[in-house]
Amino acid sequence: MNEGAVRRSLSPSLDDRSQTGNAMNRFVWSLVGGRLLVALFTLVVVSFTVFCATAILPGDVAEVLLGQAATPEAVAGLRAAMHLDEPGFLRFVRWLAGLGSGDLGVSYANKMPVTQLIGPRLLNSLKLAGVTALASVPIALSLGICAAILRGSLFDRLLTFGVIAVISVPEFMVATSAVLIFAVHLRWLPALSVAREATSFLDLLRIFAMPVITLAFVISAQMIRMTRAAMIETLNTPYVEMARLKGASPARIVLRHALPNAVGPIINAVALSLSYLLGGVIIVETIFNYPGIAKLMVDAVSTRDLPLIQSCAMVFCVVYLLLITIADVVAILSNPRLR
Amino acid sequence: MANLVEIRDLRIGATTDAGRRVEIIKGVSFDIAPGEIVALIGESGSGKTTIALSLMGYAREGCRIEGGSVVVAGKDMVRLTERQRAAVRGTEVAYVPQSAAAAFNPAMRIIDQVVEVSRIHGLMPDDKARLRAVELFRALSLPNPDTIGERYPHQVSGGQLQRLSAAMALIGNPSLVIFDEPTTALDVTTQIEVLRAFKAVMRESRIAGVYVSHDLAVVAQIADRIVVLKGGEVQEVGSTAHILQAPSHPYTQALLAAFRPGGPPAGAAPAPLAQPVLELRDVVAGYGGLQSDGRPLVTIVKGVSLTLQPGRNLGVIGESGCGKSTLARAIAGILPAASGEILLQGKPLPSAAKDRTREQLRQVQIVFQSADTALNPAKCIADILGRPLAFYHGLKGAAAEARVDRLLDMVHLPRGLKHRRPPELSGGQKQRINLARALAADPQIILCDEITSALDTVVAAAIIDLLKELQRELGLCYVFISHDLPTVEAVCDQIAVMYAGEKIEQMSRDEVGARNHKAYTKLLFASVPKLDPHWLDSIENDPEVVAALSRR
Repeated sequence: MNEGAVRRSLSPSLDDRSQTGNAMNRFVWSLVGGRLLVALFTLVVVSFTVFCATAILPGDVAEVLLGQAATPEAVAGLRAAMHLDEPGFLRFVRWLAGLGSGDLGVSYANKMPVTQLIGPRLLNSLKLAGVTALASVPIALSLGICAAILRGSLFDRLLTFGVIAVISVPEFMVATSAVLIFAVHLRWLPALSVAREATSFLDLLRIFAMPVITLAFVISAQMIRMTRAAMIETLNTPYVEMARLKGASPARIVLRHALPNAVGPIINAVALSLSYLLGGVIIVETIFNYPGIAKLMVDAVSTRDLPLIQSCAMVFCVVYLLLITIADVVAILSNPRLR
Repeated sequence: MANLVEIRDLRIGATTDAGRRVEIIKGVSFDIAPGEIVALIGESGSGKTTIALSLMGYAREGCRIEGGSVVVAGKDMVRLTERQRAAVRGTEVAYVPQSAAAAFNPAMRIIDQVVEVSRIHGLMPDDKARLRAVELFRALSLPNPDTIGERYPHQVSGGQLQRLSAAMALIGNPSLVIFDEPTTALDVTTQIEVLRAFKAVMRESRIAGVYVSHDLAVVAQIADRIVVLKGGEVQEVGSTAHILQAPSHPYTQALLAAFRPGGPPAGAAPAPLAQPVLELRDVVAGYGGLQSDGRPLVTIVKGVSLTLQPGRNLGVIGESGCGKSTLARAIAGILPAASGEILLQGKPLPSAAKDRTREQLRQVQIVFQSADTALNPAKCIADILGRPLAFYHGLKGAAAEARVDRLLDMVHLPRGLKHRRPPELSGGQKQRINLARALAADPQIILCDEITSALDTVVAAAIIDLLKELQRELGLCYVFISHDLPTVEAVCDQIAVMYAGEKIEQMSRDEVGARNHKAYTKLLFASVPKLDPHWLDSIENDPEVVAALSRR
């Protein structure tokens, strides 16, 4: 190995880096694409699970629908009409194709297309989830960040205590206590939240106040904890110390140096918490009699309305997957090493 | 002219994890004149970084400045408010961190972080700051000074980042720059370039500096005066020449002595044609699945052949990333070699550890670099040493206990230590336990993977002495892997130089520097810092060869 050869063989390594930018971009998009494919695959697996789970529910649908007085011929006829006599896999494919084209089937209970049943309920749920998210995410993130900055202080300890207290209290306790205090004793707010009755903005606020506060309590706790943990981790890094030694103000240290590097874990915590707002709100919707999709699903279970159950379950899964996938994609894009 | 810095009776306390308060800086006083570079030298835990940071009025978490004064340019940093301190940081006193790779925010472009100092303090308009930054990049001899700032930190090398962090420190025109072990994490060939750049810039702009280091040779190149610290107290202060030539304090003398390790043990000359204990033939190892051509996806060791004669030691030297640790892992079978042969006393050794017999495993033991991670923190020393005894020799109960005592004697540790757990031991003690665990198997060959590089100079020298002693008593062979030539020279008879996964040269110890080496070997050997203060200015490496060879 003489010196000239060494120079020739190794010197290009410095200039290579400018060309790697494009390759890097392609790499990132392939990561994002891969993530989307995984989400799609998960969705198919989930739909299969949902279909199987509802298929093994006890009882024959046709018998249930026709009641105890039905003749065997009538039951058999209905089974054929509903394709219940076909093999399970064929029914699954038929159902999946329907889902793909937006046809969720017809409700057994009241013979209405499931899309029509779900549509307004989903809108209601999204409204509630949206208002709750708008109210709780900024507050939770600010509280988490403040706790991280002031870690060890009285504020931090009180907040941590409060968060643990909120996590340990079941939501029906929070909800019923809220009803007891604000609706029964103080009579400030209506006990039931039926969105249709709202005539003014103030009314709307009053209707949403209790469910939103209850839900915000439940989902904020996790977000505060995760934000605090992620921020403490980045605040302990040498580059944050370096920023401090450059004379940066506390605000700059947090907003420019710590926060951008904590986005990945924080956004995941937010997505997980928000996904709860659609499927996990059944208790809150029931207590406040809020006409959301979770309550619709419970009603569907009690009437053994299979297409409706399946569709609701699929809606929950889609929303959940959507949020988690968005969080992952944001985390990938916010990682400068991959940019 | 008045001193730029006057530290008087500085006391800094820390709260331990257990809540106990300890004093870590116990009344330190010294001065720095304008334009003077003062080195703080001492082993880890001596308080050198803590003192340096106090010059910015900063104490790390859990630490608190409890007394004394730190006057920088007429301002006592101890008594300023946090806001006033922030105004001084970056403008009057600036900081160059130990690991620039960790000190750059991974989510921001380098140029934005460099000019941020000017932005924070409103020093100059942004475009002017950018021009100044590019000027500094050029002065610090960075490649592509006009565009390098547009990159993200992970896109440039460690040596470049270290110089970029110096640019970040210098952009606010400080009168004092703190260098906190800025070259410790770098390879020697890179260290030279960085040191040179630092020295040139500092000399040019007549900036005073505090240079924190544990490496006396590096300090000798750059400092005007040296402050020797131990246990949070000043041991000795003097001009660089004085400290190097006439150290008066015993600790300083020990530091200097540790720098000149003796030669390997003059063992009995082995039979010239003896069968090698260990022989490697064209070993290829790497990571990722095997490709169709039989090579791993990422090949780290590219066909290395070595022989180890009985009673002899083989040194493997090279810079980070050259594949020396991977080679050790391949020999030990932890990372099975993809191809090639490993012969133990002439008999082929299966490449994967799980295919080797217990007897084969016993004969080759490995000692890892970091005893902190290699020793289970939850087990007491007797258990840690007892495991190989039970596994290889079936020793239990009183017999095992007696053997543990003997092992502790061998590595010169008190027997009472066997009831302690690793976190309760010092770094040097842990490394001795690490070694004793290998000895417990009663091996023939010990693979030492950078076992001294995490230790302080004096402690490392003691470990080297121990290795030699054990060899005399037990007739071991070492494969000694290191990036540090003086350490390798102190232990080994044969030295192999590795570069980019290949063994490029092998020589006996007496031949080091005595024959016509390959270009890389020459560069590597020349880059080892010497205590001579004129060494840095005197060496002449072809910068292009350096850039090409060191790839950073």
